[in-house]
Amino acid sequence: FYLTPPQVNSILKANEYSFKVPEFDGKNVSSVLGFDSNQLPANAPIEDRRSAATCLQTRGMLLGVFDGHAGCACAQAVSERLFYYIAVSLLPHETLLEIENAVESGRALLPILQWHKHPNDYFSKEASKLYFNSLRTYWQELIDLNSGETTDVKEALINAFKRLDNDISLEAQVGDPNSFLNYLVLRVAFSGATACVAHVDGVDLHIANTGDSRAMLGVQEEDGSWSAVNLSYDHNAQNEHEVERVKMEHPKSEEKSLVKQDRLLGLLMPFRAFGDVKFKWSIELQKRVVESGPDQLNDNEYTKFIPPNYHTPPYLTAEPEVIHHRLRPQDKFLVLATDGLWETMHRQDVARIVGEYLTGVHHQQPIAVGGYKVTLGQMHGLLTERRARISSVFEDQNAATHLIRHAVGNNEFGTVDHERLSKMLSLPEELARMYRDDITIIVVQFNSHVIGACQNEK
Amino acid sequence: SAGMFLRLLSDVRWRAANPKWRRTTCCRRSTSSTAEPQPVSLPAQAQVVICGGGIMGTSVAYHLSKMGWKDIVLLEQGRLAAGTTRFCAGIVSTARHVSIELKMANYSNKLYQQLEQETGVNTGYTKTGSISLAQTQDRLISLKRIASSLNVMGIPCEIITPKQVAQLHPLINIHDLVGAMYVPEDALVSSANVSLALATAASRNGVQIHERTSVSHVSVQKGRVAGVETDRGPIRCQYFVNCAGQWAYELGHSGEEPVNIPLHACEHFYLLTHPLKEPLASNLPTVVDPDGRIYIRNWQGGILSGGFEKNPKPLFTEGRNQLEIQNLQEDWDHFEPLLSALLRRMPDLEALQIMQLVNCPESFTPDMRCIMGESPTVRGYFVLAGMNSAGISYGGGAGKYLAEWMVNGYPSENVWPLDLKRFGTLQSSRTFLRHRVMEVMPLMCDLKVPRWDFQTGRQLRTSPLYDRLDAQGARWMEKHGFERVKYFVPPGKDLLDLDQSKTFYKPDWFDIVGSEVKCCKEAVCVIDMSSFTKFEISSTGDQALETLQYLFSNDLDVPVGHVVHTGMLNEKGGYENDCSIARLSKRSFFMISPTDQQVHCWAWLKNRLPDDSNLTMEDVTWKYTALNLIGPRAVDVLSELSYAPMTPEHFPSLFCKEMSVGYANGIRVMSITHTGEPGFVLYIPIEYALHVYNEVMNMGQKYGIRNAGYYALRSLRIEKFFAFWGQDLDAFTTPMECGREFQVKLDKGMQFVGQEALLEQKQNGVYKRFTMFILEDHDTDTDLWPWWGEPIFRNGRYVGKTTSSAYSYSLERHVCLGFVHHFDEKTGEELVVTTDFINQGEYEIDIAGQRFQAKAKLYPFSSLFAHRRRKDEVELSGYQRE
Repeated sequence: FYLTPPQVNSILKANEYSFKVPEFDGKNVSSVLGFDSNQLPANAPIEDRRSAATCLQTRGMLLGVFDGHAGCACAQAVSERLFYYIAVSLLPHETLLEIENAVESGRALLPILQWHKHPNDYFSKEASKLYFNSLRTYWQELIDLNSGETTDVKEALINAFKRLDNDISLEAQVGDPNSFLNYLVLRVAFSGATACVAHVDGVDLHIANTGDSRAMLGVQEEDGSWSAVNLSYDHNAQNEHEVERVKMEHPKSEEKSLVKQDRLLGLLMPFRAFGDVKFKWSIELQKRVVESGPDQLNDNEYTKFIPPNYHTPPYLTAEPEVIHHRLRPQDKFLVLATDGLWETMHRQDVARIVGEYLTGVHHQQPIAVGGYKVTLGQMHGLLTERRARISSVFEDQNAATHLIRHAVGNNEFGTVDHERLSKMLSLPEELARMYRDDITIIVVQFNSHVIGACQNEK
Repeated sequence: SAGMFLRLLSDVRWRAANPKWRRTTCCRRSTSSTAEPQPVSLPAQAQVVICGGGIMGTSVAYHLSKMGWKDIVLLEQGRLAAGTTRFCAGIVSTARHVSIELKMANYSNKLYQQLEQETGVNTGYTKTGSISLAQTQDRLISLKRIASSLNVMGIPCEIITPKQVAQLHPLINIHDLVGAMYVPEDALVSSANVSLALATAASRNGVQIHERTSVSHVSVQKGRVAGVETDRGPIRCQYFVNCAGQWAYELGHSGEEPVNIPLHACEHFYLLTHPLKEPLASNLPTVVDPDGRIYIRNWQGGILSGGFEKNPKPLFTEGRNQLEIQNLQEDWDHFEPLLSALLRRMPDLEALQIMQLVNCPESFTPDMRCIMGESPTVRGYFVLAGMNSAGISYGGGAGKYLAEWMVNGYPSENVWPLDLKRFGTLQSSRTFLRHRVMEVMPLMCDLKVPRWDFQTGRQLRTSPLYDRLDAQGARWMEKHGFERVKYFVPPGKDLLDLDQSKTFYKPDWFDIVGSEVKCCKEAVCVIDMSSFTKFEISSTGDQALETLQYLFSNDLDVPVGHVVHTGMLNEKGGYENDCSIARLSKRSFFMISPTDQQVHCWAWLKNRLPDDSNLTMEDVTWKYTALNLIGPRAVDVLSELSYAPMTPEHFPSLFCKEMSVGYANGIRVMSITHTGEPGFVLYIPIEYALHVYNEVMNMGQKYGIRNAGYYALRSLRIEKFFAFWGQDLDAFTTPMECGREFQVKLDKGMQFVGQEALLEQKQNGVYKRFTMFILEDHDTDTDLWPWWGEPIFRNGRYVGKTTSSAYSYSLERHVCLGFVHHFDEKTGEELVVTTDFINQGEYEIDIAGQRFQAKAKLYPFSSLFAHRRRKDEVELSGYQRE
């Protein structure tokens, strides 16, 4: 059984999406040129999600990857809702008032986000009303709280993450008279998701990360080579600070049981996440909700199961770590990806592969004949060879697809091996998860001209 | 000459590296007076100022001075022949598709041939001949069509076999060839030296030439050129000629009164090599391999080879001198496909050593034809630019036509296909131009098939019904930026891909258009004709009537509500425009003209209307959507919708009335159809367009109504022998020559433009006659289809060319329209063409070298459509526009 190259391509390209920031008057004035994104499922259905949107009432663009576990419900909800919470947190008081007044009087709402979605990135219609009401409560509170200060992006990101997680938790506790919705909010709360979100506004780049997805900056050095700069820290057992933090938050008596086999309470890989109320609620609350919940929930062993050594909840938080970076002209791109990518590739390779892909032919030194003696035949041979090299890069129209091709198909020499690629992609569903994880990638390309100009201004 | 060429190239580098360069190298030439040390101060005044010292500017100066205009100043921002002209590959080729371009190239060739003798400047003219290769049968057809055109013009030309190709050129690999065209008189020149020779001759004739003088802008007073501002002071002048090449667009936009010159530069690459071991002969033919997208000429014992790649690199979109021309980079990776094509065509060149890859920008226009003529907005502002990389081939002829235009008021040939006024402001967007030239440049080498539509720069002007029609399967073409329906693909039917549908034979839409035509004849069809140009002319008193009576040949003093078909003629009686005019009231007129008349007709009238504030002219094209209801049941549909009787007794032919249709009021209904079928045109204020369309379609259902497109219209009008302006009619055709005397009122009681010329023709007879040809032994399924431009033979002798053709679904034959001349058998002198001359001939039409018998018909031809009702006779006396 063997997949042909076109079959491989159609699998790799099924979820690819590209967005170019529209040019105005022939010029792009944004610091973002555009982005490419793609996902390759290993789970069926895939548990990763991705989102991208432009803020319409404030400046800036939001991009995020979300890695779900114990189902995709939480990742789905976060991918739909988080950017609204962030956008609202960033809005000035007057705009919040305007929006609230519009809702109050039944007028059309100012659009807050412009989404850039692949057709497969769906929004759940059924829950939209519920989600909206929670969001509205949030902005009403923001209005009441009016601090009069300008919104700090870092603070806004932290608030939004925490608030959304809180709402997910509350909605599950309160329940919903509609049985479908009731089941949905419970599934959202009992499953979990990590989130890695970028907010780009001019030269200001903020990364808010919760969990073990990762943000990486691709930097082009003066000699043209590529290097990687991490813009997030993984929240897992490999991160000493994170282990330290968890231990600090719980009594010394629990120290040994907190992290076992590199997992939180011996169960959970990420140390921070949305949802996962099994690691957040008290045992009483968990029991009450499960018992009063629908049968499907009650019959589910996983939800009924209480983690061992569960003494002082919460053990888990959705609070993100936020890193601010001022973009420089040498910062060419940003890669946001779930751990499925980082497990298989080193960040240095990621930087090189994306960097060479994005610069493509331009990276190759142009040929100049100058004073050398070159024949037409020699030149022709040289050019054909250069073209062959380039065409392997240009097989993909999407940087994220290109990266996935390498992540899945790379052999020991770091080049794509079609046979390996074909094997990895034709694994039966139940086996796929053993060889690879869901992979979700967003590659954001920056506009060095604009960034350079901004820098000079300041 | 080749030495000169090289030296110029090295000068460039040297200059770029050495900015202090001033006059130390002025020992450049001795033959040219222009090398005198500068600066000589500029004159304060001149009759003509020409901007641009390339092949175009010097050619215009040369021809103007030859025609007796002496007070001319030519300004060049750098040095003479230093721009694109310097880098030009120097190939003079007459193998052109458009007849006027062919004439220009032929003239250029003859001019350059004797230029060295005339001026003493070595032009490097070498008659090498050219071979155009065909790798496919379709390409060979395309070449055969050109060969037919060249032959009837007396330019030697042959279709040859691959074997003959090998005999003509030792290096060509002929294994993948099916044939070729050989033009033995094509030539090579040093284009820079040709330009210098023209400048030398011009300057001997009194033209003042100033190098290193930049024109900053042109000043305009009362809509006329008043002078130019330069970096060395102003010059007052009556005429300005913009020959600024790829900078022409910007120069046009630099003044307070912008002149739109739609062109855009693209990078163009060619390769120079060292000589072969056994240097190539300097008279070896130039090779054009369009399927490989390359040309190859001998150069200094080696070769010069360039081409037109599929992925061109446009440049200077944001304006001039972002990079200096001189600093453009060689881009070998970009050149790779062309190099591959070269080595495939001439494998023996592998070992040849490279000298240089030259990057020389060329300017391209939106329709691949050059731009010449007077600005529609500024009188006295002339333009000659946008040569689409054929500048040296066109240079001589284009300069001559423009000089004639300035001196005589119009060139000696019909140059409408090249006229600046075919464009408007709508083609001047930089984004549009950038996108379009990226399509145009590869087209240089693509197969030129009939009915080609550009794919870029589309959906600019659309009717409000666009989406409705599109959803019903409309396929679109574009005219003057306006989207028009070609035909409607019925649901469930698929047509070929764009590339596959390119054919010289029966096209894939044949049956689709056939059924639309049938519906027009038997039931009723709707065609959206909103693109037509529409003007309203009105006055407080009788000024409008008086002026129009003078400017139009038919009698416009008709009762209110009547529609008149009339020509807008020039002094020679030729058609400047062909239009219908409805008299809306005593003092206001509604004028409908062809789509591409919007700029030309406006400028023509504006320049001739008296300066009277009580007389107003307004362009109302955008205000109305025009729906054409064609067919015998149009009457029923319209009377049901308006509750008004529409039968000929109540609504005679050529009648115009405002009425209500459905809920909408104020619809201008005219009983004309442009096709000879019964029907109406509804001019609908655009906000009612969708409503009226829906009403018509709903009501029409029971009468079998359907949508139709322009291809159906075209078939209908051509089988009815209706001429159309821009295709059949032009400024050199009079109503007398196409059987339209009845549209001229020679005795309308007052003088009108062209009257004298027509009276003379009436007395002395005409020298060409518009004739209809019905192909006899032509098999629609298997033979090549006629297009236009096919030579017509009478008793075996060439008498003219066709101007349009279509398949007539009712005659089940192809119909060609064209002009028949009478050339004296011995002297070639043009003689009067009589009805007998037409009727007594045996005719053949030459389609790509194959001749088909044809029956000639003159208007009227009642026998053909004898079954038609009398009413149509009035309609037939109408005319056609597309």
